[in-house]
Amino acid sequence: MIEVKDIYKTFGDNEVLKGISATFQTGKNNLIIGGSGSGKTTLLKCIVGLHEPTKGQVFFEDENFTEMDFTERVPIRTQIGMLFQNSALFDSMTVEENIMFPLNLFTRQSKQEKLERANFCLERVNLKGKNKLYPAELSGGMKKRVGIARAISMQPKYLFVDEPNSGLDPKTSILIDELINELTTEYEMTTVVVTHDMNSVMGIGDHIIFLHQGQKWWEGPHKEIAHTDNKELNDFVFASKFMQAAKSKL
Amino acid sequence: MFQSLGKYILLLQLSFKKPEKFSVYWREVMLEMVSVGIGSLGIISIISVFIGAATTIQVAFQLSSPLVPRSIAGSIARDSNILEFSPTISSLVLAGRVGSSFASQIGTMRVTEQIDALEIMGVNAPGYLISPKIIAGVTMVPMLVIISIMLGITGGYIACIVTGDITPADYIMGVNDGFDGLTVRVALVKAFVFGFIIASICSYQGFYTSGGALEVGQSATAGVVYSCVWILFADLMITSIML
Repeated sequence: MIEVKDIYKTFGDNEVLKGISATFQTGKNNLIIGGSGSGKTTLLKCIVGLHEPTKGQVFFEDENFTEMDFTERVPIRTQIGMLFQNSALFDSMTVEENIMFPLNLFTRQSKQEKLERANFCLERVNLKGKNKLYPAELSGGMKKRVGIARAISMQPKYLFVDEPNSGLDPKTSILIDELINELTTEYEMTTVVVTHDMNSVMGIGDHIIFLHQGQKWWEGPHKEIAHTDNKELNDFVFASKFMQAAKSKL
Repeated sequence: MFQSLGKYILLLQLSFKKPEKFSVYWREVMLEMVSVGIGSLGIISIISVFIGAATTIQVAFQLSSPLVPRSIAGSIARDSNILEFSPTISSLVLAGRVGSSFASQIGTMRVTEQIDALEIMGVNAPGYLISPKIIAGVTMVPMLVIISIMLGITGGYIACIVTGDITPADYIMGVNDGFDGLTVRVALVKAFVFGFIIASICSYQGFYTSGGALEVGQSATAGVVYSCVWILFADLMITSIML
């Protein structure tokens, strides 16, 4: 479980996050949704320590992550897997080397064991045999899947995903969502997904936090999203005519 | 300016923290050494031979007095090569070739979130990315400078054969005459310092890149410009202190 308490984040005069508190539950897909500039990615980066909150605290289980220095954070960070919006694969390394990279640094496994783990992760994301390709040789969807394979290589307790569907076609988006969902259940991970894709919200949103203007505006499961009278949330979720038409069936 | 200096010093401190796993860092050091050393050998060889040859011809041209032995041209060309041309000109060229590569490589990693990915994994990103480059810089630049000195003197010898301004025998006599080992020590100190300047300043510029492709290009340019200025300043300081 991850808990954020009263998180504020300011960049110069711009207050991006304004006192957000939330709990992200274990074994569930926790979605952070909201319009562009609402502070979703900033919140995610504050949770994982890429940004230091101006005020507030982040707890992984009962450990206060915010108060730890870089070295103290390493044991928690080795339990974190993250998929970035643009996958952030190391472009000088092959697919296999990307997946084995954290294993090389943080485990004492033999080369054979690491190779087996890399192959297992690749098979898990349906990319068996793509070991020797470089990121430049992969499609957008394949890059995302390699990013997921690298994120799960250390068998993390926490999975963070930033905009998993950006730049992907609807079919590939659904495949990525299903993969995230399956892995969350399989490894009993605390998964936090930042998205504004409504398919993801309706498909895998076990627990949704809606941000608006840097504040938490709504929280609940996806089943309740169609029945809320929260105006900002309704404006966001049912912005398209397709979603408006689908609302009556939800 | 003081803020940048503080950030630079803090980045260097982080760069030399204890590595997570020595073997992984060692591999990176080797790769960078090959990239800096072998990768720059061609351009350094070409400029060294040509500068050595041109220097010898120019010195020979200026020694028109019959009272001055022609062999002195060899001595002057040798000392000019060892003390100034090989360390300084080579380093300025390396700042362009190696420094811009360091800055753009790290800058691209920054804007494509690869550095964030390293940090999320618990990797000390400055240590993993910058320390191998600095180690490669301070070891390979002196080696390249030694090669440059040898090729510069060889270039002078070739110029003597081709132009006939000085006889090769006079040139060799001049090169051997009055050699002082201090000049080589000065050249190596310069090369070590210049290697550090190129690697650290360009890595710093790359590491703090923000934005996109345009900013990566700007970081690379800034890295090269600042490196060149600091190389020239350090050249003056080392020369005035050691000679």
